[in-house]
Amino acid sequence: MPLTTRRVLRTVETRTGGTGALAKALRYVFPDHWTFLFGEIAMYSFLILVATGTYLALFFEPSTAHVVYHGAYAPLRGQEMTKAYASAVDLSFEVQAGLLIRQVHHWAADLFLAAITVHLLRIFFTGAFRKPRDVNYYVGLTMLVLAVVEGYVGYSLLDDLLSGMGLAIGNAVALSVPVVGGQLGVLLWGGRFPGAPDFLSRLFFVHVFVFPLLIGTLMAVHLALIARPHHTQFRGRGRTEANVVGTPMWPAYALRSLGLFAATAAILFALGGLVQINPIWQWGPYEPYLGTNGAQPDWYLGWLIGALRLMPHFDVVIGDYTLIPNPFWGGVLFPGAVFGFLYLWPTIERRWLGDRRPHNLLDRPRDNPTRTAIGAAVFTFVATVFFAGAADRAFVQFGVPYEEQLWGYRVLAILLPVAVFFAARGICRRLREGGAHPARDSGARLVERPRSVNRISGRS
Amino acid sequence: MRRRIAAAFAWLWRYAVAGLILRHSKKRTVRRERELPASTRAETWTAVLLFAAALAGLAFVAIYAFDDANTQLLGLSIAVALALLAAALILAAAHVVPQETLEEPRPPFTHVDGTKTQGGLEFSSRQPYEEAALGLREGGDGVTRRGLLGAAGVAAGVGIGAAALVPLASLGPAVGNRLAASPWKDGVRLVEENGMPVQVDDLAVGSFLTAFAEGADKEELAASLAVVRVRPEELELPADRADWAPEGILAFSKICTHAQCAVSLFRYPLFAERSPGPALVCPCHYSTFNVLDGGERIFGPAVRPLPQLPLRIEDGALVAAGPLSGPVGASWGRVREEG
Repeated sequence: MPLTTRRVLRTVETRTGGTGALAKALRYVFPDHWTFLFGEIAMYSFLILVATGTYLALFFEPSTAHVVYHGAYAPLRGQEMTKAYASAVDLSFEVQAGLLIRQVHHWAADLFLAAITVHLLRIFFTGAFRKPRDVNYYVGLTMLVLAVVEGYVGYSLLDDLLSGMGLAIGNAVALSVPVVGGQLGVLLWGGRFPGAPDFLSRLFFVHVFVFPLLIGTLMAVHLALIARPHHTQFRGRGRTEANVVGTPMWPAYALRSLGLFAATAAILFALGGLVQINPIWQWGPYEPYLGTNGAQPDWYLGWLIGALRLMPHFDVVIGDYTLIPNPFWGGVLFPGAVFGFLYLWPTIERRWLGDRRPHNLLDRPRDNPTRTAIGAAVFTFVATVFFAGAADRAFVQFGVPYEEQLWGYRVLAILLPVAVFFAARGICRRLREGGAHPARDSGARLVERPRSVNRISGRS
Repeated sequence: MRRRIAAAFAWLWRYAVAGLILRHSKKRTVRRERELPASTRAETWTAVLLFAAALAGLAFVAIYAFDDANTQLLGLSIAVALALLAAALILAAAHVVPQETLEEPRPPFTHVDGTKTQGGLEFSSRQPYEEAALGLREGGDGVTRRGLLGAAGVAAGVGIGAAALVPLASLGPAVGNRLAASPWKDGVRLVEENGMPVQVDDLAVGSFLTAFAEGADKEELAASLAVVRVRPEELELPADRADWAPEGILAFSKICTHAQCAVSLFRYPLFAERSPGPALVCPCHYSTFNVLDGGERIFGPAVRPLPQLPLRIEDGALVAAGPLSGPVGASWGRVREEG
């Protein structure tokens, strides 16, 4: 008797009783819009990170024990270095496909953070964070925080010069926490920087187990909390607060999404194979007394190095006691304020507008000019600080003096968000009145307005 | 008795909800648009793409097996395989399998004011959360001293929670005087990376050298120095440091007081009239320290000056004439008490 789908499913049903759920899942509806794909790209990047990371962990040795390098890369031969750095260099040169996988892992981390960030912007500007999805929005934000730290910990593991410089700054930021900073820095590092020999293996465990587990768990919760109330959708023909219109999971959506997975992986492997990233053998091993000019972190920490560089030089000192050392402003307060804003925004908006109803239909950015303007202003502020972090590269490339750039960025960081706030609010209001589409129309003429006809339940 | 009433209520409410949902769902026609686009051409192309993906995948295997770790070819072959797979899947999704648009009702959620919303229809009834609350409350039936048990439970949670967290302190030692530790004191010789004493004659004006405390671990944060030489007449040292820089040789901690990166850049003006004065620069956040006046900050986010080491010359070699002028590394609460 041939093994038919029906027979397999009958077997599953009699053992688990779960085929009903499968049947339902096959008909689960995904609304169609290209902006809904960023979250999927982030999820697929995470899967690639886990797969490539597992491979790397088979070769990497997180040890600060010193060895003399005798490997394939001639310029480093005879140098003393930690086993961690030596194994990372060996993994790059002597493990077949090792460099490919390492570079794919690094690119995937950069894409993971980029996809989450764009996904977050989409969620923010379309009001998708509103009830009943506010809790899921907090879950997503928490994953972003974890992912930033996970990325930082990841490239700090290799004990090359750049990772050591990053850890030196991280330690200074830990020390700068008011009151408990000194103890915190000593506790996390197992002593004064550069820390106890155990520090690196702890960092390794955190990177390969603790954070991936947390992110994976939160991702499962995130998906469950998406599926329960179903996806949001934009307004359109036949779309209401009470239904969801789109492509069912099977077969078209599943194929399309797997296609996206394959495309994401294809781009990451092409980048990993063809575009060099973090050539650790060029930086050399880290020692606290070594530094290199023009050092830049991975892009998702650019806003923090920008803040550390942009902040004017002052500590809060009471008598002899340094209550708030300088790195606190850029390293703790700035990211804390940005994430604080993001965490609080659903509550602020709910209180402010008095809108406690659940929403399943999305806003277009113009539909809520104030939210869009505030979001655009905060984004502009962060982006300005981000670019300030690259002022040294701009100095090398374009010769603009560093000190003048820094003062320019300080002024811009205050003025630009204000300008963007009013510009964005004005544009949103005009678009709303004119009914034009910014991408499709010049905005000069009035077009037909199908949306007022199709709006089944008004904005509440 | 109470339980029976509760059960009766539960049944009543289930029928009410079921009836309302049925009535409501009968009214709506669930929309389903379906077309079958499959063409032999699309199917053929999908198959071609899949076969090509298989070939590219095998190419990866071949390169892995026979070539000597050519990262570019490995990456390219697997990327091409995945790109072909992606193309096949996306083509199949759009032109082979049924194209379907489906309307699905959302599961109704309970609203805060006790009404359920579905398609603008609102109705009041016993809510699931009330059921759950009732169920939870029933778990305490017959318990008399709730307050006492609750307080005891909280106490147990706090006690055991504290016990669970305290072992984290084993990660690191107490801060103590660790952050102030420094190998520098009167009589410690300055050595180069290879362990040889730093000779005055080896230092030209405008030069920069990394030196260490003799016998100290080079990885210790306070062990490394940035040694620079300027013309003695340029010096503007404060009066109490007048003899700290014999023959214009200055030594500073190499660790930036802002965020602990190595201060590894030294700028020395080639044409003093048009250039800024000699200074040590940290490449992480560009804190800049004037070497002439004893390491005061002149630019960047650092707040404290770079700690200076008093020097003297013994037999043509550099020796510390005392401890560093301040604590090494980033600032923290008690950093100024240690200075």
